[in-house]
Amino acid sequence: MAGFNKVVHSYEDAMAGLQDGMTVIAGGFGLCGIPEGLIAQIKKMATTDLTVVSNNCGVDGFGLGILLEDRQIKKMVASYVGENALFEKQLLSGELEVELTPQGTLAEKMRAGGAGIPAFFTATGYGTPVAEGKETREIDGRHYVLEPAITGDFAIVRAWKADRYGNLMFRHTSMNFNPMAATAGKITVAEVEEIVEPGELEPSQIHTPGIYVQRVIKGSFEKRIERRMVRQG
Amino acid sequence: MALSREQVAMRVAQELQDGYYVNLGIGIPTLVANYVPEGIEVMLQSENGLLGMGPYPTEAELDADMINAGKETVTAIKGAAIFSSAESFAMIRGGHVDLTVLGAFEVDQNGNIASWMIPGKLVKGMGGAMDLVAGAMNIVVTMTHADKYGNSKLLEGCTLPLTGVGCVKKIVTDLAVLEVRNGAFHLLERAPGITVEEIQQKTAGKLVVNGDIPEMVFN
Repeated sequence: MAGFNKVVHSYEDAMAGLQDGMTVIAGGFGLCGIPEGLIAQIKKMATTDLTVVSNNCGVDGFGLGILLEDRQIKKMVASYVGENALFEKQLLSGELEVELTPQGTLAEKMRAGGAGIPAFFTATGYGTPVAEGKETREIDGRHYVLEPAITGDFAIVRAWKADRYGNLMFRHTSMNFNPMAATAGKITVAEVEEIVEPGELEPSQIHTPGIYVQRVIKGSFEKRIERRMVRQG
Repeated sequence: MALSREQVAMRVAQELQDGYYVNLGIGIPTLVANYVPEGIEVMLQSENGLLGMGPYPTEAELDADMINAGKETVTAIKGAAIFSSAESFAMIRGGHVDLTVLGAFEVDQNGNIASWMIPGKLVKGMGGAMDLVAGAMNIVVTMTHADKYGNSKLLEGCTLPLTGVGCVKKIVTDLAVLEVRNGAFHLLERAPGITVEEIQQKTAGKLVVNGDIPEMVFN
């Protein structure tokens, strides 16, 4: 079925069109809610000179961290990279260009990019290295920094349930950056746990309407836990 | 004696008020959740998109899709809400979070804070800290008063790249509770057995000491 059927059946089809030098926006927070199979496909395609926009860059050997191993990433836009030794090494040696961006600013950059807002003022980062070289403005006695929006050639997200129209629902805190990332890609690919029939998702409960999503693929996920904490119960 | 990490958390918990929405940073701030005073209810916000954070899960409850901003597995309390990162930072930047508690490398007498970067050495990133200090109504910093070499972390001016300007209202260290206003640290309380002189000696920025300074009280 053509038209609104966005389901693809191979990772090759899911990431078709990705080329060297493109910008990829990835959902996820740490290892939670990351599109594991789509990242593995980028590794397999050996695409280089990528600009990757994601809150974190995975860990050594998992998540976006695997794209560092063959130096596929030219520039990383992220808020926190403390969990990744290879990342820190490439950053300190200058092999990897990094734009450290406050987490809320990063989320808003994606949201704005997807919503057609080219830039926005925020108090976050005023007077810090983040504001260097950026326009600032005083509004009602407070200082703000002008932050440009972000859009990507591709956005890759992880969702819980999808239908063939590309409507998405996320599970628990694996939502995180995924809804904004989904809006900001020219081609947005959702790797999902389950594909359901149209109508099974309650329309008012859909987190990401299908208009933002171009491709859907059913994945299987390791769902690695970064910091496993338990209490006696 | 200087306070333990737990005692610093216990003292910070005294800043909590009934009905507060609170964001707790990584490290000592996280421990504050263990000492919420009896009879008051606070709602913990975790900036990855959870309002109403509960304790760590049991083995049976463990779920990789349920984590906090420290990437630890966690639970949600009854009445919790889960949302996107943009929504999460809308509530932070919009001034809806009543109190944020976070750690720091340095704080100065003008309320500037440096907590995210040591040039040429440690690169971790700011995470949500810049948003939190720019957006929360009230900011409490927890840290040791001096570093392991005895150098003060309460300075006239921060030397490291800043996280935010003019935002820190209160500091709880292992030696003292201080308020930051009018370009000075105002000493409010001492850790039990710690003298004003010792605090003075370990505070490099301008310290204002008005009258007798009481010892902290722990229940």
